[in-house]
Order: sequence, then C-alpha cells, then structure tokens
Amino acid sequence: MGNDTSYTDQKFEQVGRRVKRPDGVDKVTGRAKYGADAYAPGQLVGLILRSPHAHARIKKIDTSKAEKLAGVKAVVTYDDLPDLTGGNRGMMDILENCMARGRALYDGHAVAAVAAVDKTIAKRALKLIKVTYEKLPHVTDVDEAMEADAPVVQDFVFTSGVEPKPTKPSNVSGISQFGHGDVDAGFAEADVIVEKSYKTEQTHQGYIEPHACLANMSSDGSGELWVTTQGHFVFRNVCSTLLGIDIAKLKVTASEIGGGFGGKTHVWMEPVALVLSRKANRPVKLVMTRDEVFKASGPTCSTSIDVKIGAKKDGTITAASANLRYQNGAFPANWGMIGAMTAYACYDLKNVKTVGYDVLVNRPKVAAYRAPSAPMAAFGVESTMDLMAGKLGMDPVEFRIKNAAKEGTRASYGPVYGPIGIGPTLEAVKKHPHMRAKLKKNQGRGMACGFWFNFGGQTCTDLNIGVDGTVSLTVGTIDVGGSRASLSLIAAEELGIDYEQVKASVADTASLGHNDMTEGSRGTFSSGMATIFAARNAVEVMKGRAAKMWDIPVEDVVWENGGAKATGKAHSNLPPLTLKEIAAKSPQTGGPIAGHNETVADNAGVSFASHICDVEVDPETGSTRVIRYTVVQDAGKAIHPDYVEGQFQGGAAQGIGWALNEEYIYGKDGTLQNPGFLDYRIPVCSDLPFIDTEILEIPNPNHPYGVRGVGETSIVPPLAAIGNAVSNAVGVRLNHIPMSPPRILKALDEQAGG
Amino acid sequence: MKISLSPNLQAAADGEESISIVAATIGELLSKLATQYPNMSQHLDAGIAVAIDGQIYRDDWGKKIPTDAEIYLLPRIQGG
Amino acid sequence: MSSVLVSTTINGDPVEFACPPEETLLDSLRDRVGLTGVKEGCGTGDCGSCSVTLDGRLMCSCLVLSAEVEGKQVGTVEGMVQNGQLHPLQESFIDNAALQCGICTPGFLVAANALLARNANPTETEIRYALAGNLCRCTGYDKIVRAVQVASKEMRKKSKKTKKK
Ligand code: FES
Ligand code: FES
Repeated sequence: MGNDTSYTDQKFEQVGRRVKRPDGVDKVTGRAKYGADAYAPGQLVGLILRSPHAHARIKKIDTSKAEKLAGVKAVVTYDDLPDLTGGNRGMMDILENCMARGRALYDGHAVAAVAAVDKTIAKRALKLIKVTYEKLPHVTDVDEAMEADAPVVQDFVFTSGVEPKPTKPSNVSGISQFGHGDVDAGFAEADVIVEKSYKTEQTHQGYIEPHACLANMSSDGSGELWVTTQGHFVFRNVCSTLLGIDIAKLKVTASEIGGGFGGKTHVWMEPVALVLSRKANRPVKLVMTRDEVFKASGPTCSTSIDVKIGAKKDGTITAASANLRYQNGAFPANWGMIGAMTAYACYDLKNVKTVGYDVLVNRPKVAAYRAPSAPMAAFGVESTMDLMAGKLGMDPVEFRIKNAAKEGTRASYGPVYGPIGIGPTLEAVKKHPHMRAKLKKNQGRGMACGFWFNFGGQTCTDLNIGVDGTVSLTVGTIDVGGSRASLSLIAAEELGIDYEQVKASVADTASLGHNDMTEGSRGTFSSGMATIFAARNAVEVMKGRAAKMWDIPVEDVVWENGGAKATGKAHSNLPPLTLKEIAAKSPQTGGPIAGHNETVADNAGVSFASHICDVEVDPETGSTRVIRYTVVQDAGKAIHPDYVEGQFQGGAAQGIGWALNEEYIYGKDGTLQNPGFLDYRIPVCSDLPFIDTEILEIPNPNHPYGVRGVGETSIVPPLAAIGNAVSNAVGVRLNHIPMSPPRILKALDEQAGG
Repeated sequence: MKISLSPNLQAAADGEESISIVAATIGELLSKLATQYPNMSQHLDAGIAVAIDGQIYRDDWGKKIPTDAEIYLLPRIQGG
Repeated sequence: MSSVLVSTTINGDPVEFACPPEETLLDSLRDRVGLTGVKEGCGTGDCGSCSVTLDGRLMCSCLVLSAEVEGKQVGTVEGMVQNGQLHPLQESFIDNAALQCGICTPGFLVAANALLARNANPTETEIRYALAGNLCRCTGYDKIVRAVQVASKEMRKKSKKTKKK
C-alpha cells in the first residue's frame, strides 16, 4: 500500500460527522487540566521581576536582601543562565528574551526571578531586589526606527539582503524582495494607478489562558516540565539546549491549552522556571499575570505599508507593488519578509514587486499570530483593490474575479499554483444571499480576500488496538481546537469502525517521537496524515492475524467494512472477522496490535478565503458595529465541520477586534499604557453578530482525503473587509488600523471640513 | 535542471534569477546548492523551502524531484 | 501576618479554610479548595473566566476576598453536575461545539446558568449582553450563543414536563 499521500476521491463513513469531542466532558466540568492547574508536592511559587524601562543598561542587580528573606528558596538573574548556545544567535535571542543580559530591551523585559514558598513572600522578595538602571534612548515606532539617527536596538544587527554589506549596525535586520515581471513597464501600461499608504497597530493573540508551567528539576540532572504550549517537543529541545540538559532527560508534558494562535509557539519563560527549580531543588510553578502576557509574550507586528496598483480600463491589473515595513520587537525576525510574500498571493499578476523590511524596536519580541504577517499586507492591498474598483467603476467582486489567481498562475511569492480556491470563494461570495441583504442609513458593505500558506512538518503517531477492539490513538501535536475529535474520525474511517471506539490523546515527549509545533494550520493536516498511515499499518497487521486465525495465506485476506475478509472460492465458507474478533485473539496470534507512522507531512495546501461584512457607523460617536458577517473559505475537506466553522468564526472575530479596537498604546517614555483586557479591548459577545460560514471543499492534491490547513486564513480578510465596509457606509477611507471611534470621527470631521 | 530563486536568494547566486543543478531529491539539491554557492549558507541556516510544482516542502530531503518539475527555492517561514 | 479562618458553603458542601486576609476567592478556590475549574484569565475582573455565584449572584471570584464569603453560598462549575448528570448547558456546549480550547467554558457555563435562572427564555440580544463580561478568544461567540439558546429551550421543555407531573 505504501504511504501514498495523493488525493483519492472516496466516500466517507466517519469523516465529516459532527461528533462530540473526546475532551468535551472534562472541559465543561472543570476537570480538564490547563497550564496553571498542575500541582506537585512541595511546589514553590515563581515570580519574575521585569524592567519598567523601554531601554536601559542594567548596571547592577542586588539580590542579597531577597535571598535572605525567610521562605525564599531561589533568586536567579542572567548569571544563572550562562550562554550554552555555542554561537547560535537564534537560541541566544530566546535566552536573552527570557532574561535580560546587561540591557533591558523593552518595557517588561525579565531581569530577575524568585521562587518562594508562597505568593506573598515571593512578591515581597521581588520588591527587595534592587536593580540599578541607566536609561537609554528608545524607539517604538517602525518608521522612526528606520531613520538614520534612531537609537540602535541591537548592535549585532547589520541589514542583510543589501549590497554592499553595511558597515554600521541598524534597526533594519533584513530587506527581502519578491515578485516577477517588470513593474515599471506594467505601470507605464496602466490607464489608472492608485497609490496609498497604510498603518496597522500592534495587537496581541489574546489567548485567555496566560503562560503557565510547572518545572521540576531533579538533582541528578533530569527534569520534568508541565506547560501550556503549541509544541512540547520543540519546547523540550529549546529548553534542553539553553540549560545543557540531555534531550532524553527532560520530559515535557503539554497541558490542555487555553488558546495559543501562534503565541504559544515561542519559549518565553520556561527556562527560567527550570533554573529556579534546579537552584531551589524543588518544583516551581511559574504563571504569568495578564499584564506580563501583554508586556512580555509576543504580540504581532505593527506595520507601515505603501501599496501601488495599476490597471487597464477593462479592469486588468498591469502592475502591483508594495513596500512593507514590519516591526519585530527587540529581536530580529522575518515577519516583513512573510508580509511581502503574502501581499498579492490572491492575484494573477504579470508584473509584481514587493519589498519587506524587518525592523527592530524597543517592544516585546514579536510572535506568530494566526497567518502571521498576512492580515496587515492584505489590509493594504485589499483596501487599494477597492479604491481601484471604484476608480474603474467596477464591482469590487467582479474586479477581483477578473484578476484572481488560478491553477497555473505564478504566485507573487514565486512558485506556480496547483488547484486553488480563490476563484471559487469569490464566485460563492457573488451568489451569497448576504450580498443582497438590505442596508440602512449609515450602513455599508465591504468584502476582501485573504491567503495563507499552511504548513506540514514532522509528525509521529501511534495507534494501539486493545483486546476489546477499542483503539487508542496517540499523537504528538497539541490539540488547539478540537483536533483529537478530527483525528479519531480519521482513524475510525481507516479502520472501518465507529468514532466512539477510538480515543485520541496527546503524548508527552517521553512517549512518542518528535513532533513539530501545532502551527501553520498543520495540526489536523499532518497528524491526520500520520494517523491514516498508522491505521493502514495496523490493518496490515490485522490481516496477518486473520490469516493466522484462518490458517490461510495472508494474500487471500482483504480489509473491508471494519473487518478481515477471506477472498477466493476456497475460503467462501469463512465468515468475515471483525476488528473486535481479531483483537480478542491478539494475545494468541502474536501479541499486541499496533500501527505506527513517522512522517514529514509537507505541503498542507495553500488556502484562500473571501469575507463579506456589513457595518453600521455612528456618525456622532465614530463607533462601528458589525451587523452581518460571512466567511467563505476553502477547507480542502472538512473532517469535523463544526470545528472548521469554529476556526472560521474565531479568526473572523479576532480580525474584527484588530480592525476596530485592539492596539498596543505606547507612551512617550516607551512603556505600554494598556496591558490589560480593560484598556486593550477584545470583542465581547454583545459586539458581534452570528458569523455565517460557507465551507468550500477544493481537495488538496497532496492529502489522501484532500485536507488543507484551515486554522489561519480566516484572520486575513477582516481588516480590509471592514475598512471597505466603513468606506461604503460613511464615505471615509481609513488607512490606519484599528478604526477606533476617535480615528473615524477625525476622518468624518475632515470630510465635513474639506 | 532549472532551479528558480526567489529574489532575496538571488544575491547569493551572483544575482542570477535561476541556476542549474541536477538533483534527484531535495536533499541532494540543497547539498549541491551549498557547495556550488557558498554564499547560500546564511540562507540555508535560516532555512530554505523548496517548491516543486507549486507545493512547498520545508523538511523533506528524501522527496524525489521529477525531472520535468518546476523547482522554486524560497525562504522557509513559519505559521501561527 | 495572621491568617483568617473562613467557613463557607461551596457547591452545597460545608468548607473551611485559612488564608491571608488579602487573598482572593479565586486563589483560595484554586489553591486551597482544589477547585481548578475556576480559571484565572486576568485577575482584574475583565475576562469572566473566574465566574462563580455568591448566594446566587454572578461574581468574578478574582474581585472577591475570601474573607467576604464567610457564611455564604459559593457556586462553581464543579457544582453544575447533579446526580452524575451533566447540566443541560454542559450537554449543549458539547453538542453545539461551543468550546474550542475550553479555558473560557467554565466561566461561560456559570454565567449562562445565572442568566437562565433569572430569565428562562432570553432573546439573542439578552444572551449576548448577559455574557458580555466573559471573554472567549477562540469561537467568535457564535456557537456559544447558539448553545445557550438550545439549552434554554431544553430546560423549558423539561420544566414544563415536571410541572405537568
Ligand atoms: S480572572 Fe477574574 S475576571 Fe478575569
Ligand atoms: S474556547 Fe478558547 S477562549 Fe473560549
């Protein structure tokens, strides 16, 4: 059978059912254990002291008083985290972000940590640590950081991607260019050119569960870590490297995860917990406050983007370009590069050029946030697309359909597309009843498209069949939104049994081979692939067992409808053996029955979405309400439609919050002014309408069921869709996200005045 | 066969938009790339993904490359 | 600094514990009573994941001092299962996929239960406003609102039946 990943059109018995999730009861009864819910005998409370300055030299840290306080068991600074990275700059950045080394790089940067017998004492100990700072000039705005006289955030950063190589460090860590054709020639051909600049503010993933872990180092050098994470195997490898622990000696168990959206793919504080535990020789629980989550666990970039599109009168785009400046916080990353790759991915363009700038500022290290970098680029491009449609007098949907990418199109980021779903999502939008719903005064409708790559990655899955015929499925990818249900459905499908007979769980790092993060929308895609092959392995084993039970050659056995069947006339008297019957006899036919698979499940299939949105703007207050919202997205194949819809709705809601309310506000002193849910306002239940969804299924040719990643694309279109709707509602075009009431009022005033 | 490079990789290949390497697998392609274009090392360290007929592979050295496929090298990126 | 002794009733059971006078009910429930179904999302009254009822009234347990619950009735998500049966709201949340990560779920269940106790047949708008103190980042609230609607219908059907009897 082999591990053939290519898509085959098949009828499904289990896949596509809306079954109850296996972790449902635990989660509605409060029994499920999240990061902060673990307890170990003798555990200490860990707390972290953080810099109050945006940028400062740390001249001295005096921990002596704190160490003397009764009940304090360990105090650590960077001295306790020596550099074991062997010159690996990426690893060093993680270490330095966990604990400042001589310089605090942003408001909230960790400076020291304590472990004490209770919270009260730990808090008192933090107050007793005396840090002497010398304030340094800081910069928090992306455009300002690029100016020649801006304070330099990291002096080891020299711009890459330019010739000749710079001789001075700067805040621009990289410049990356994408595209093809000749944009100058393309613009020369255009009848109409639209150019506009945009800004988007920094937002946080806003998972409701703060980072939390329980570290337990033993004096023999081995250790255990319980942690809320999107990738416990990766956390294990990073922590092992940073602390000099053998990989096999650090066992990491992933808790239930209370939301991640990319924010829990990064190691923020776990090495500190492990070091505290090592020093105190006791378990240490370290839980971030919400304030710390905002200040010191990565938000996404703020950006500044210039977009230019040229088109013929008939609506054909002749050239498109963009300069995208992304702020990555205090450590180098390549989010601007990714923005440059995604910006025009929806369109079939002869001439396209995008340039991404990656910029350092004195803000927390930026982390992935759901389709990272794509929403901001899409805001610029999709707003400009609407402006262009307006200038051409074309319907915005028709204009996009005319220029949509299709199979065979060279993507703006390089490769040529296989079968893709942008065209079908646009056609579905055109037909959707939402497009014909009546609008009232001050209401407007907008739409926009979005793209995300989706990834696969290393995956490893175990499938064990019990003697009673039930199946335990052990996976190594974290379940962030219902993947255990989807994977159980896949196992049941392959084995030909009922969903209820399968129980999926996530293994710790000692029980299974390495698995990459659940990121890039890969959870159900890659573990699904591994589950299919593990199940097919188990089927082969069971065929052998059935052959033994019947005493016939294994070649005469086939697997059908959840059981073995003997083929050929000679065996026509043999009634089929069910999985259950084979399992019951397994002790006598060769022992336990298992299937196993390790794979690099690559190519999760690009995905596209088109969103429609109606808003109502109150011209008195400038406040905007979303009154109708529809998500159309290609899922390849929806394994569990409820959770696919859930991903669509959740992403749209996050996008709506980003578009209208959410933003990091920094003061002149470079400190964060709103590190709490009161002032950093994410959408609440009464802010939103029901979010309508339409799942399209354009099979991914590289997955046996046609599955594509679905988790991320839904956050890409909302920013622009809402911007376009606001513009259609009250005639002002906002080029600055979020479109908060003061910004809308200002735009309305300017419109009235001018 | 012809290997197209994303613009940000071109500098490391003397500014060429495409290069010619014969390789049966992704692993072979990447190792030949490293020896023939020493300047690629920084990109290889940061990670290079290989698109074969539009499908992006990030970590699959064993992946066979069909001789008539369109090969495109681009930076390796991550998701959320 | 001396501890205070608190005697209270939690989910119908008498409970006693000692804690520092400044300790919140949230911390006591989680760290002393072992009821970790009560979650901390913010500690400042902004997310609702720590929702409990105090003498039937919905509260953020992170804003209540443990010393204040002396002699009162505290209700948490752990008390919603009755005689081994899931509460209709709990059933409905599972059936309608109203949770993804589930960290907000205990808070939503307690808040929705408090709503249905005072208004057995809420409109969509009433549900949305009653749950506006609870943050969910995963679902966009769509399936949560639907789950509450379904549960309220179920519960009304049931109570009609028991009345007829
Ligand atoms: S933890 Fe109490 S409201 Fe957030
Ligand atoms: S389900 Fe994750 S926060 Fe609500």
